[in-house]
Amino acid sequence: MAVFTSFLAGLVLGLGLIVSGMADPAKVLGFLDLAGAWDPSLAFVMAGAIAVAVVPFAVARRRTVPLLGGQMRLIEARHIDRRLIGGSLVFGIGWGIAGLCPGTSLVILGTGSAAAAVFVLAMLAGMAIFELLERRRRRTLLAC
Amino acid sequence: MSIDWNAFTPWTALAGGVLVGSAASLLVLLNGRIAGISGVLGGLLTPVAGDIAWRVAFILGLLVAPLGVALFSAMPRAQIDAGQGALIAAGFLVGIGARYGSGCPSGHGVCGLSRLSPRSLVATAAFMGAGFVTVFVLRHLLGI
Repeated sequence: MAVFTSFLAGLVLGLGLIVSGMADPAKVLGFLDLAGAWDPSLAFVMAGAIAVAVVPFAVARRRTVPLLGGQMRLIEARHIDRRLIGGSLVFGIGWGIAGLCPGTSLVILGTGSAAAAVFVLAMLAGMAIFELLERRRRRTLLAC
Repeated sequence: MSIDWNAFTPWTALAGGVLVGSAASLLVLLNGRIAGISGVLGGLLTPVAGDIAWRVAFILGLLVAPLGVALFSAMPRAQIDAGQGALIAAGFLVGIGARYGSGCPSGHGVCGLSRLSPRSLVATAAFMGAGFVTVFVLRHLLGI
C-alpha cells in the first residue's frame, strides 16, 4: 500500500508539473529572466502548492505515525550553514543554465527525450560525487 | 521589469501547483515522507534495505506522468533547447548542489515552505537568486 501511494504521489506531482507548464524549461527560464520579458507563472505554481500543503504539513507535524503506519520521517534539521547556502547557490546556477530541476527533468525523461537523459545522467553523477565526498568526510571526522 | 503577458499562465500555474501541493500532502500524511525529488532520488544511490521500493515507485510515478497526460489531451510543450555541453554542466551542478543544499524546488520550495521552515526559505532564496543571476549573465551579458 505504501508503495502504491508513493507511486500515486509521484504521478500527481508529475501531472502537476506538466499542467503548470513547468515541464517546459523555456517557461522556467522565463521566470528566472527578470531583466527580459518576465513570466511570473512559477511563483503561482509555488503559491498554489503551498496553499494546499500548509495544513496537511501542520497535521503531519503533530502526528508521530503516518496514516499508513511506519515512521514519520520529517526533516528536523534547523541549522542554516555554508553547506545549505553554497549547495543551493550551485543548484541555482545549474537551474539557470538549462531551466531544469530534478522533478522536471524526470518528467521530460518520461516523454523519451534524449536531452533529458543526458541531464539526468549528469545529475546522478553530481549526486554520486556528493556521496563519495561525504563518505570521505565522515571517515576523516571519525579519524579525528 | 516587464511582464510577458503572452507567456504568463496564472490559472494553469495555480492548478498545477494545487496538484503538486496535493502530491506532497499525500506523501507526508500517508507515508510520512517528504516529496523532495533530489532527496528521494539521492537516497537510491546509497540504498538501505526496506527504504528502496517507495523511492522507486515515486520516481516511476514521475516518469509515467507524461503518459497519463497523453491519455486525456495533447502533451504540452516540454522541449529542452539547451545544448549537450550545457546540459551536462547544468545536470552536474543541479545534482551536487541539491544534495549539498539538502533539497531542490520540490523539497525546499514546496515542502519546506509549507512547513514554514526558515532553513528552506534561505535555501529557496539562494537558488532562486543564483538562477536570476545566471540567466541575467547568460542572456543579457553574454547574449547566449
